[in-house]
Amino acid sequence: MSERLLARAAIYGALTLFAAFYLVPLAVVMLNSVRSTEDINHSSVIGLPSVYVWGNFAHTWSSYCIAEHCTGIQPYFWNSLRMVIPATVISTLLGALNGYSLALWRFRGDTLVFGIITLGVFLPEQMKLVPWAIVLRDLGLFNTISGLVLIHVIQGISFTTLFCRNYYVSIPADLLKAARIDGAGFFRIFWRIVLPLSPPILIVTVIWQFTGIWNEFLYGVTFSTGENQPVTAALIALSAQISQAPQYGQQSAAVLMAAAPTLLVYLFGGRYFVRGLTSGAVK
Amino acid sequence: MMAWRQRWDRILPHLVIWPPLLVSCAYVLVFSVWTTWVSFTRSTLLPDYSWAGVRNYTAMLASRNWQIAFTNLFIYGACFVVLAMAVGLLLAVLIDQRIRGENLFRTIFLYPIAVSFVVTGTVWGWLFNPSIGVQKLVHDLGWTSFRFDWVIDRNMAIYTIVVAAVWHGSGFAMALFLAGLRSVDADLVKAAQIDGAGAWRIYTRVVLPTIGPIFVAVLVMLLQFAIKTYDLVVALTAGGPGLASTLPALVVYDFMFQRGELGRGAAAAVMLLGSLTVVLIPYAGFRAWQNRRGAARV
Repeated sequence: MSERLLARAAIYGALTLFAAFYLVPLAVVMLNSVRSTEDINHSSVIGLPSVYVWGNFAHTWSSYCIAEHCTGIQPYFWNSLRMVIPATVISTLLGALNGYSLALWRFRGDTLVFGIITLGVFLPEQMKLVPWAIVLRDLGLFNTISGLVLIHVIQGISFTTLFCRNYYVSIPADLLKAARIDGAGFFRIFWRIVLPLSPPILIVTVIWQFTGIWNEFLYGVTFSTGENQPVTAALIALSAQISQAPQYGQQSAAVLMAAAPTLLVYLFGGRYFVRGLTSGAVK
Repeated sequence: MMAWRQRWDRILPHLVIWPPLLVSCAYVLVFSVWTTWVSFTRSTLLPDYSWAGVRNYTAMLASRNWQIAFTNLFIYGACFVVLAMAVGLLLAVLIDQRIRGENLFRTIFLYPIAVSFVVTGTVWGWLFNPSIGVQKLVHDLGWTSFRFDWVIDRNMAIYTIVVAAVWHGSGFAMALFLAGLRSVDADLVKAAQIDGAGAWRIYTRVVLPTIGPIFVAVLVMLLQFAIKTYDLVVALTAGGPGLASTLPALVVYDFMFQRGELGRGAAAAVMLLGSLTVVLIPYAGFRAWQNRRGAARV
């Protein structure tokens, strides 16, 4: 009996230690966001606030200077939002449509088409930088949010098609056959049968697209400059400033605000997060 | 009128289906071929489509940046994949022991995956920074000879990337392993228990062999993360000190947009894709073999 108890204690002990390891960065950022920079410089980034400084958030949000622009991270945050919302919605809709036609309206060469689209998931961003640079320049979309939306839509279709196609494949063929005998066409079947069955996969897809696009850095930093950058690029610009000593209090507030949207999505949609994660690999 | 309407009804789906399918296919193929083509040209600041043969490749392979970056990729890739899988499997097994607060622990272990690499790198950069991070904390506690300055140590800087990447990716491995453990046939485990097998034996002989395919899947996913790692390094060490923690993805960007050597950068990108293919093609073969075996058994 006592051996069993010991084993249980060891299990919980190990789990708690690991939990501490994962939580340290979050705790550091949260605590430092309410500490003053002097306080942090006197001790270290790991510590409790001696005085609570709530002003870090307001200052970082609207008046902190990033690369000579004293606008705070607010405009960059809105840039990210203006990029992520249309890109997520459009790429998810196109992915659902692609998945629907690939899974349920089989045509000659459909597996080849699907295979090529899936390759897009693995293709490294570095292979696409030069083509995108030229395409954006020719379309006049360099250094615009629309340009970044275009990139994320096209590149996102690979992910969304993969997710949706693998989900739609499990819709029984008889259901469609019956609908077709009743005279329903391509769109009717999509609206009346497939879409009502889709919320689970659409939620998974939206969550993954939102997180991926919000967190993306390379395209943002390559194809936009100054005040048109998304918040990830602004964070790097902020911490790379050499004209002034690092302000860890304000930087922590900035980091926390930049990470908040995807963290909130994870907290409220964690279930779907895991579903998206496991759907590909376990099956 | 009627016939026209019918024909339109038949054509319309094609007009809707094909553009997104074609765009997403063309994008993958055309962009890959385009970058590969650029890698064989004399392009410098701007694309210049005059043929240069394999000159860019030989120049890149001979360059110190590429050699250091690739050596680093091996060290970082091996350490990251082994550690993330070990931690992920350990956590999955621990969580699988019918514990209380499973949801809470799972949420804590997996949340890093929702955090961007930029944020991950920035915060770990502070913790590793000797004048403000862990070393300073320990000094303030009284142990003043304590040293933890990997981030400014040429030989150790790459391991700071490993730690941050394991923090970010091990929860992912845990989630996949846990899903695998949960999918193991309960009757199989029960039969082993009846045969008198202990917990360790059941794990090593019954459970782990049945989740073998998940091992391979996790391995491949983590390897391709490792090969693509870019923003984490930019945020954490910017590849430094010097070139000590640079990776191939950083070299590509450096040549393309900082040195204005598009051709060489493209050659580096193609070689990056090549190393990814080395991982993915055997995996595709493995999946095909698995499917065939599965089909044969049924």
